[in-house]
Order: sequence, then structure tokens, then C-alpha cells
Amino acid sequence: MAQLAYWEAIRRAHDEEMTNDPLVFAMGEDIGVAGGTYKATSGLYTKYGAERVIDTPISENSYTGIGIGASMVGMRPIIEIMSINFALLALDTIVNAAAKIRYMSGGRVHCPLVIRTPGGTAHQLAAQHSARLARMFMSTSGLRVVTPRGPIDAYGMLKSAVRCNDPVVIIEHERMYNIKEEMPDTEFFRPLEGAEIVRKGEDITLIGYNYSVHLCLEAAKRLEKDGVSAEVVDLRSLKPIDRETIRRSVEKTHRVVVAEEDEAPVGVGAEIITGIMEDCFFALDSQPVRIHAADVPVPYNAQLEKAAIPSADDVYQGALKVLGKI
Amino acid sequence: MTDADKKRLLREMIFFRRFEDRTFEAYMERKIGGFLHLYSGQEAVATGVLEMAKMGGGDKADYVITGYRDHVHALKAGAPAREVMAELYGKETGSSRGRGGSMHIFDPTANFMGGYALVGQPFPLAAGLALGCKHKKTNQIAICFLGDGANNQGTFHETMNMASVWNLPVLFVCENNMYAIGTHIDRSTAVRDQYKRVCGYNMKASQHDGMDIDVVMKAAKTAVDYVRKESKPYFIEFMTYRFRGHSMSDAKGYRTKEEEAEWEKRDPINIYKARLIEAGLITDADVKKMQDDVQNEIETDIIKFAEQSPEPKVAELTRYVLDDNPDPRWIGPLQNKY
Ligand SMILES: Cc1ncc(C[n+]2csc(CCOP(=O)(O)OP(=O)(O)O)c2C)c(N)n1
Ligand SMILES: [Mg+2]
Repeated sequence: MAQLAYWEAIRRAHDEEMTNDPLVFAMGEDIGVAGGTYKATSGLYTKYGAERVIDTPISENSYTGIGIGASMVGMRPIIEIMSINFALLALDTIVNAAAKIRYMSGGRVHCPLVIRTPGGTAHQLAAQHSARLARMFMSTSGLRVVTPRGPIDAYGMLKSAVRCNDPVVIIEHERMYNIKEEMPDTEFFRPLEGAEIVRKGEDITLIGYNYSVHLCLEAAKRLEKDGVSAEVVDLRSLKPIDRETIRRSVEKTHRVVVAEEDEAPVGVGAEIITGIMEDCFFALDSQPVRIHAADVPVPYNAQLEKAAIPSADDVYQGALKVLGKI
Repeated sequence: MTDADKKRLLREMIFFRRFEDRTFEAYMERKIGGFLHLYSGQEAVATGVLEMAKMGGGDKADYVITGYRDHVHALKAGAPAREVMAELYGKETGSSRGRGGSMHIFDPTANFMGGYALVGQPFPLAAGLALGCKHKKTNQIAICFLGDGANNQGTFHETMNMASVWNLPVLFVCENNMYAIGTHIDRSTAVRDQYKRVCGYNMKASQHDGMDIDVVMKAAKTAVDYVRKESKPYFIEFMTYRFRGHSMSDAKGYRTKEEEAEWEKRDPINIYKARLIEAGLITDADVKKMQDDVQNEIETDIIKFAEQSPEPKVAELTRYVLDDNPDPRWIGPLQNKY
């Protein structure tokens, strides 16, 4: 066992998968010589060479397209898009090509490619560098969308994504790259599907994904001091969503808060709560609450940014509301 | 090229023309729906270029990819005509199991990696196919056919740059028919000669007559050999003309009758036919027989197959969205151990 940071876990997954299979390669802006904006590919350029750790020009749509093309002939590309904001430039090729090629070809051609990209607000990066966009990818048929909350999933899910035959979008987070976890030294995999109960509780279910899981965990600690036992569910995968695990938790606690860092309209919370309405409406003892960002482009000003983005306190307050304590 | 090859090429072009004409009829009968873009007039380009490449599928043959005007490219690459027609009919036996339709013919067994509706989208995909070939050292190349209009997309420039920097074995074939739907190239594009547009990317490029298959083949051979031997991209432009509207809906009126008549005089099938007759390889009567045979084959075999094939099952609506048979190790269920 060793403590690994999130970025180190990603690097380790790259390294193992590239050693295991010569068809695996990485590409993206500044990932080679520079080692990646978040160091997630550092050292790999020296080890595997320029042909397998490819520094691309600033051409998101086309290098992603090149990755898709390569995946169609059996390569296993791992594409890093420096920020999910820039993934918008590659949406044509991701949504119109990667997500649809298997279907359009009647299952005869597939695109086993992985796109890794950090989404989320960091510190005053302002409107054009703070997009989250999970909700946009999760609404696209033909993609898998996963959101590792920590190093164990970042490592294990990347490894599964490389081997899976579907296009997988892995949404990371600028504020998670330095999170550390104890990890076995031996190889392991984490499945791409399945929500996980990361904290057991009886009185209320707090549902998060990606960074918002950490907000839920923090809120759960505060609730514990109030004598409330909160269960925390990490969705892990936004496409497909594991409705079964959510249903079981809600049927136990009868109360639910969903926390997302995205704006709310047409978002993760809306989807999850609709699922709960459909699956276990009568299990609810009170109305569900979703915690989300304000419906504005993310402001630059630190105070405004803080007000726009959900915090652990917002999740805590949301829980109190569901519990009828405020 | 033997005499038999020459006769075969003529027959192929006659076949492709008739295939397209027949899809037009089927569309009018509402047997085919959606968008339907026909290739009539441009046959010499796909036929000639792919004749010079390695076709037939497998890990020796080259990859082909194109836009929505894709039937003939798929056929020449080796997709069975029955399956292409069945795809147009939306049948389960179609190239894409009825899920793709006219604009999305796929046949991986023929290394035909698809037709795409988004203008310019195949440029990077082609470069990616080439990157895969290069990486696997298979000596295959990728061949990308697109129109003149596609070159105004950002993907054109981005991909030319990367294909050149990374020495990717990809042949970009520009079929310059001078129109993007109803817009003449002079009204949309700063330069009519498309091959000039790649000079900024340190890439070989040339322009040729696309109506004469002998000219096409000669130029294509040089280009294909260069791409394969040097493992470098090449941009080849053919001046051509589509004889029909852009698709089944076409505003008309954007081309003059005189212009159309001028180009029809240069019908690629007639040019080649006249050459073979003049060389004494074939007679008018032989050509007539060829046409009858083709017509017969399309009617009694290909159309019949398409008509008699079953529709996809509605119960299989969501089949092919993701891997039907995923490995549980990568997908789940989730167990709390690692
Ligand atoms: C991204 C995108 N924009 C617009 C269209 C609509 N459209 C379809 S075909 C076409 C013209 C393309 O012309 P060209 O590349 O010259 O090919 P041709 O049809 O002449 O073979 C346009 C604008 C599209 N399909 N995709
Ligand atoms: Mg055109």
C-alpha cells in the first residue's frame, strides 16, 4: 500500500496500460515533453517516446477525431483535453462521431477511446475556464461518462476505460488532482458502472459525483454532530446511472439531497430526482432538494464565485431543510 | 493493366451509374427515405483512385472513409452491393444493419470505415486511421474522399497540419465539383484550385482531370505509392462535376444549362467507353450487353435482396448503442474490493 495523489494514480494507470498493450497511446496538448498540465502523464514521454505520448497542436476537434479514427482500427487512445471547456470544440467529433459510430454501423465498427478532461471550478478561473458540462455528456447516447472521486477510482476506472470497447469520457476535477488515498501496489480495476455507498447512514441520503461527493462527506460529518446519520452515495457513473443503488438507499433513509457543481437546469440533480420519483416516490418522507450552482456563467470575483458554486455548507443546509430542521 | 481489367473498369462505372439511378427510382417509390446524395458524374474519381489502392479488406488492404455521398466509394472498396442497397432500404441485412442509411454506409470487412454527414468530420478520422496503420506498421494507408466545400472547415486545416507534422500515411482526395449544395466555389472560397490550399502545410499536392479515369489512375498511382513508401500525406484534387442535384431536394437554378451541357460532354463513362472502342477492345454491342447485364443484376439480385430482406426488430431498438457483450471486469457490478 502507498499513498498516491489523484494525478499519480492516473499516471500509474497510463503507465501500466501502455506497458500492457502496445496499442494504447496518449495524446493531448502539452502532455508529452511538458508532462501534462496536471502532471498526469509526466515521465511517460521519456519512457514511451513521441509516437505513443503525442503532443498535439491546439486542435481539439481534429486531434480528438484522430483519436477516434485510430480507435476504429484497434488502437486504444487516451486523449487528454486540458479542460472540459475546450472539449466544447471537440463536441462534433465526440457527439456526432464517437458516440454514434457503433450504432450507425449496426454494431460493426466501434470506438474504444478514452477522453480524460477536468471539469469544474477552481479558483477564480472565471466563466470560460469553469465549465462542468457533465450534464451535457450524460445526455448523449453511445457514451459512457464516469467521474472518479479519488485516486482509487481515477486509477481503476481509467484502466477499465482503456479496456472497455465503448467511448468513455472521464470527468476529473481541477481541485481533485492532489487528493490522496492509500492504494494497493498490485494491479486492480474498478468497474465503470455502479454507484457506491461511501458512507453508511440511516436518516438521509446525500448523493454526489466527482467533487461534490467530498462536499457530501463533509456535510455528513457536520450532520453527525447534530445526531443525524447521513448516507453518502457516489454516483461514479453518470451514464449509465445506477438507479438501483439510489433506490435502495432512499428506501432506507426516506430523504434525499443531490449535490452537483453544475447549474441546475437540465442537470444531474433533475435526472436523479426524476429517477427517484419514478422508482420509489412513496418511500419519500419529504421533498427532495438539489444543491447546485447558481444559474450564471461562473464569475471571476472571489466572493461572487463562492456564492455561485455550491459548498459543503450548502449541502448541510439542504439536508437540514429536508429533515425539517429549518 | 490488362484488357480484361479495362473492360471490368468500364463495367464497374456503368454499374455504379445504374446503381445510383436505381436508388433514385426507389426513392421516388418511397422505398428509400432520408437524404440521398448521388455520385453520378464523379465515378471516375472513386473508381480510378481505389483501383490504384489495395482493396478487399483485411490487414493488407487500405482504409477508405468519406462523406455522405458514399455509396460508390463503399462499393468500390468492396462492400457487397446487395448490402449497400439493403442499407438504403433500411433493412437488417444492410451494411449498417439498417441503422445508418444512405449517408452512413459502413463495411469494416471491406475496410470501408464509413460515410459521415458532418461536412469535414472525416478529415481527422482519416488521419487517425492512418496513425493506427503507421503505429501497427501494416503498410496500409488511409484514403479520405471529400468535396471542395469541406475544405472550408477548421478540421481541414487542423488535420493537414497534424498529418504533415506526424508523417501520417493518408491520401486526401478532393473531389472538386465546384459546388457545395447550391453555392458555387467562387462565392465561398478564396481560391478555386484546392490543391494550393495545402502548400502552407509542407505537403505534396496536385490537381488533375477527374472525368478521365486514365488520368485519375495515373495520378492516383503516384500519390498512393508516395503515401505508402514515404509514409507521408498527399493531397490530390480532381476536377469533376455531379450530374444530378446535391441530394433529392435541390434548389436547381444555381447552375446554367450551358455549364451542365459542357460537363455532360465529358461524361466519364462515355470518355472511357470511346477509348476502349477506339482501341478495338470492345464494340457498341458489347457495351449494350454490359448495360443490360448490369440492369438485370441490379433488378433481379440486388433490388430483390433489399426488398425481401427483413426490417430490423423494434425490440432491438437500443442494440448497438454500447458494446452488447461487455466484459464485467470493466463494467461491473461494483464490488467493494480492489
Ligand atoms: C458541419 C456541416 N455543415 C453543413 C452541412 C450541410 N451540407 C451538407 S453537404 C454540404 C455541401 C458540401 O459540399 P462539398 O464538400 O463540396 O461536397 P459535395 O456535396 O459537392 O460532394 C453542406 C453545406 C453539413 N452536412 N455539415
Ligand atoms: Mg462540392
